[in-house]
Formats: sequence, C-alpha cells, structure tokens
Amino acid sequence: MADGQGSAQEGLRLEAARAGDERAFLELVTQHQRSMVGLARAIVGRDEAEDVVQEAWLAALQGAAAFQGRGSLRSWLLSIVANRSRTLAARSRRQVSFDGMAGGEAGGPSVEAERFRPPSDPDWPGHWVTPPAAWPEARLAAAEVAREARRTIEKLPPGQRAVITLRDVEGLDPEETCRALQISEANQRVLLHRARVAVRRALEAHMLSAGVGA
Amino acid sequence: MSGKHGELTCQELVELVTDYLELRLPAPERARFDEHVTTCRGCQAHLEQMRQTLRVAGALREEAVAPAAREALLAAFRGWKRGV
Repeated sequence: MADGQGSAQEGLRLEAARAGDERAFLELVTQHQRSMVGLARAIVGRDEAEDVVQEAWLAALQGAAAFQGRGSLRSWLLSIVANRSRTLAARSRRQVSFDGMAGGEAGGPSVEAERFRPPSDPDWPGHWVTPPAAWPEARLAAAEVAREARRTIEKLPPGQRAVITLRDVEGLDPEETCRALQISEANQRVLLHRARVAVRRALEAHMLSAGVGA
Repeated sequence: MSGKHGELTCQELVELVTDYLELRLPAPERARFDEHVTTCRGCQAHLEQMRQTLRVAGALREEAVAPAAREALLAAFRGWKRGV
C-alpha cells in the first residue's frame, strides 16, 4: 500500500495529468491500467472492460480534486472502476452482488467429504482417506495449467471472481480490496477462500487427468 | 467433529487454510493448525497445493499494457483535453 508520501506523489501526477500532461497520464496508465482492467473484467466481463476503464480514467481526471491523497491512488481508481462497472451491469439488468452471503455464492466444503473418514470412524474421524500430493513445480508452469486457472476464475460468481482477481492475480492487499469492492474484511476473506478452493480443485482435476499424482 | 484431545482434524483444517495464510487465526487455533500440519503429510500437501494455487493465479497477471489499449487511452485523453 502506498504510504503518505507515495500518495502525495501520485496525487501530483494525477494533478499534472488533469492539467493536460500526457507523460504523467501515461505513467499513471502504466502503473494502474492492468489492475483496473482486471477488476472491470471480473464485474462486466472481457468485452466491456476496456470501455469501463476508459470511462473511469476520464472520470478520475475530471474528479481529480476528490482524491486528496487519502489512501492509495490505486484503491481510489479501483473504486471508480467498481462503481462504473456495477452501474453498467445494473443497466443491462445483471445482478452484481459482492456480498458473499447472498447471490448464490454459498460455499460447500473446501474438499469433498468423501475424501475424509466419516465422523463415526473409531480411530481417525475426519482424517484423509485419499490425501493430496503437492504438484511438481515443472507441471505448474505449463501453459494449460494457467489456462485452466483462468477459465475457472472467469466462471466464478462475481464476488469470488472480483476478490481473487484483485488479491491473487493483481496482488492488492486486503484493505485495498475491501475498499475497492466496498465489502467487509471478513466477507473478503470468505470470498477469497471459496475462490481459491475452486481454483485448487480445478487444478487438481486437471493434474489428475494429466496423470500427475493423486 | 474434532479429533481426540481437541486436536484439529484434516477435514477441519482445510476450512482454515485461508485464515491461516492471511494470518487471521487466533493464536491458540494457529498453534493447533501448526501442530497438525507438522505431523500430517496429507495436510502438508494440501497446504502446499493452496500455496501453489496462489502462485498460478499470480502468474496470470498481464505484465504489459497492450499497445492498442494504450493508444486508445491516449486518444481518449487528448479528446478529453480538447473538451475541457
């Protein structure tokens, strides 16, 4: 997260861009565009994401005075993207809820119950029947593993998709993520857990089908 | 469903992995988690898979802004400047 000084510097850059300085604008773009697109994609999908982000940039320039160096510029920009994306999604009557407790994002168990001994087991209730094995690092780097992860993330419900995109793909910290999505820290963590669990499962299925250890 | 002596079961542990990695487990639970993982190879592997999952997700980040997107933004910026 940007410290006070970082925020002040970013504020100056934003101010310069607002005054028409192209180089300052492009520096901001280089720094923040990917996270903004990542978030917009998570909410409105791939096709409309770039348009939403472009609108968000112009809104940020227009409203630069509202950014007063409180928090990071990144989370301010991301909250603009989140708001615009939600407005767009609402206009086309798509429901966008980041509230993990609603909207069908209820989670089942993180690992299928069949993988564990039943509660009635006399010796080791709740222990692994079929334990997992860590994946060989060389296999993880394969392009199809990345594709599988991307596919899985794109199919997640909006809240989980937005949170895993910001946290794990774009590398934002929990506070920035909560601020951008206007969700509580606890909710953020629940959504993150469900999303990671879903991706882990998809990767495990992929590895098994590719013949890599149980 | 707890194991003997209040120990964590594997099935309970897998629900706590994100809280653990996010450093959000209260100290006593963290201690139980650590204790379990130290002696359980299945849970060691599960925890490692979760960490590997994070790394795979992190590698999806696109490193460069696409030139076309950059050009489009610059055009929008110039348009905006003229409109001000």
